[in-house]
Amino acid sequence: MMQRMPPGQSLASGWQVPGSFGTSGRGPKLLSGGGRRATAISTVSTIAVVGALVAIFLLAPGSKEVRHNFFDLHDMWQSFVGNPNNGYYSVGKAIWLNIRMFLAAEVLILILALAIALIRQSASPVLFPLRVLALVYVDFFRGVPLLLVIYAIGFGLPALRLPFVSYQSMAAYGVAALTLSYSAYVSEVYRAGLNSVPRSQVAAARSLGLSQPTALRYVILPQAIRNIVPPLLNDFISLQKDTALVGVLGAIEANQAAQIYSSTVFNYSSFTVAAILFLILTIPLARFTDRLIDRDRQRRLAGAVR
Amino acid sequence: MTEAGQVEATEAIRIEDLCKSFGPNQVLTGISLSVQRHEVVCLIGASGSGKSTLLRCINLLEPIDSGRIALLGQDVTAPDIDQNLVRRQVGIVFQSYNLFPHMTVMRNITLAPVKARRMPRPTAEEEARALLSRFGLLDKQDEYPDRLSGGQQQRVAIVRALAMQPQIMLLDEVTSALDPELVAEVLDVIRELAAGGMTMLIATHEMGFARDIANRVCFLEEGQIIEDAPPDQLFTNPSDDRTRRFLRSIVDAGRM
Repeated sequence: MMQRMPPGQSLASGWQVPGSFGTSGRGPKLLSGGGRRATAISTVSTIAVVGALVAIFLLAPGSKEVRHNFFDLHDMWQSFVGNPNNGYYSVGKAIWLNIRMFLAAEVLILILALAIALIRQSASPVLFPLRVLALVYVDFFRGVPLLLVIYAIGFGLPALRLPFVSYQSMAAYGVAALTLSYSAYVSEVYRAGLNSVPRSQVAAARSLGLSQPTALRYVILPQAIRNIVPPLLNDFISLQKDTALVGVLGAIEANQAAQIYSSTVFNYSSFTVAAILFLILTIPLARFTDRLIDRDRQRRLAGAVR
Repeated sequence: MTEAGQVEATEAIRIEDLCKSFGPNQVLTGISLSVQRHEVVCLIGASGSGKSTLLRCINLLEPIDSGRIALLGQDVTAPDIDQNLVRRQVGIVFQSYNLFPHMTVMRNITLAPVKARRMPRPTAEEEARALLSRFGLLDKQDEYPDRLSGGQQQRVAIVRALAMQPQIMLLDEVTSALDPELVAEVLDVIRELAAGGMTMLIATHEMGFARDIANRVCFLEEGQIIEDAPPDQLFTNPSDDRTRRFLRSIVDAGRM
């Protein structure tokens, strides 16, 4: 008969975060030995694996050429600082364009994707044409490779010779293309978040006389967004490095600067520099995402739902 | 009943021939019910008999198929009705509390007064504190729901509904999710509301409580009100066989 749910149990299902299986961070690990012996084994095996990889690299027949072409310290430094007189740009400066494009696109994506998700979730018959449009949009931009979208926007819009929209910078077209493509993905993440909030929360909010928009704003969205922060950040890690694709339009971002260096000096070490810079950008965000996922799991293990 | 206006003024809830189905599943098959102001009416019946659906229809959380619902003399099933205005006059409390987990107790209670009734936040908080202290919850105002026991959460849910100053309260099996030892604290709150003259329609499995608090008890089966009588009569001398059978099953289960 009367079985009491522990506090919050009725809501717990709404707080599942996809993709956290307890393999990282402070929680119980799936693959864990015990104590000092385990540490010793993992140290030895790490040294062995890394050592073997380094040995293969150093002993390879073409090792010398590869080290010269990709890891030359002088070329790495030259491409990092740049030298306009010799006809190449600084990769270190160009990465700022990636960062600016990323930040601009991120804000636009968060807004556009939310709008698409809300339209797709709406039930009003008046919005039916918009719902169809949103569905077509999501299908289209998830299906077309990002590179093609960038080409289409970057070369297509200027060719139309429309006022304003045809006279923007290549970086702006890049941001537009990234926004269009990523919003399709992120709107699905939002939708998953909205669906993860129990319907009883909607009923509770509406029963208090809150209008649909007010209930959405104060009750549904805060809970939905909390659930989707890790997958959102995951998409943004991907977005950070996809800003490199905008280089195909000729915008001098890090990858394009590295390309220019390599074709001027005939050394690929500039790409290594670009790779390192991208890693410096993405790794902190990746670790931050891990921490959020971990914290979320800890909370759920503690029976809390906040 | 010579003057219709007068009759309406004392009538809190009037339901006429209400039908509601979910797909092929007929849940309410012609419910008619009248609840006067300051009256407490309990709905009893097996799970699936339509008690919860009836309450959700009155609160307009479920669209009805046919029939009419009038609250405080106003037909709320008319097509041009402002549902949000209706819901502000009718509080509903659910079996599973449904507190907002991302808000403190205080924010849970003040959200609707501030956002829906445009009450200034300080006023809303003052009124919330008054309600919380009335029900012995003042020290919980800054807690999040997951830090509270089920009984405390349900009392907060009742306070949250009361903060909109409703004319009518609908309680949907509010003790069914609680540990037995936590049931009493919630029932006490409801008793106090009844003593204060609140009009209430209560779906419950607590027969002793229903007998104790109700002016009338309605027995529902298969989406119909089988019997509608004062508690003493319904529990001791039910007129319908189906009521008798239901009550016997309750007694057999040791629940009365």
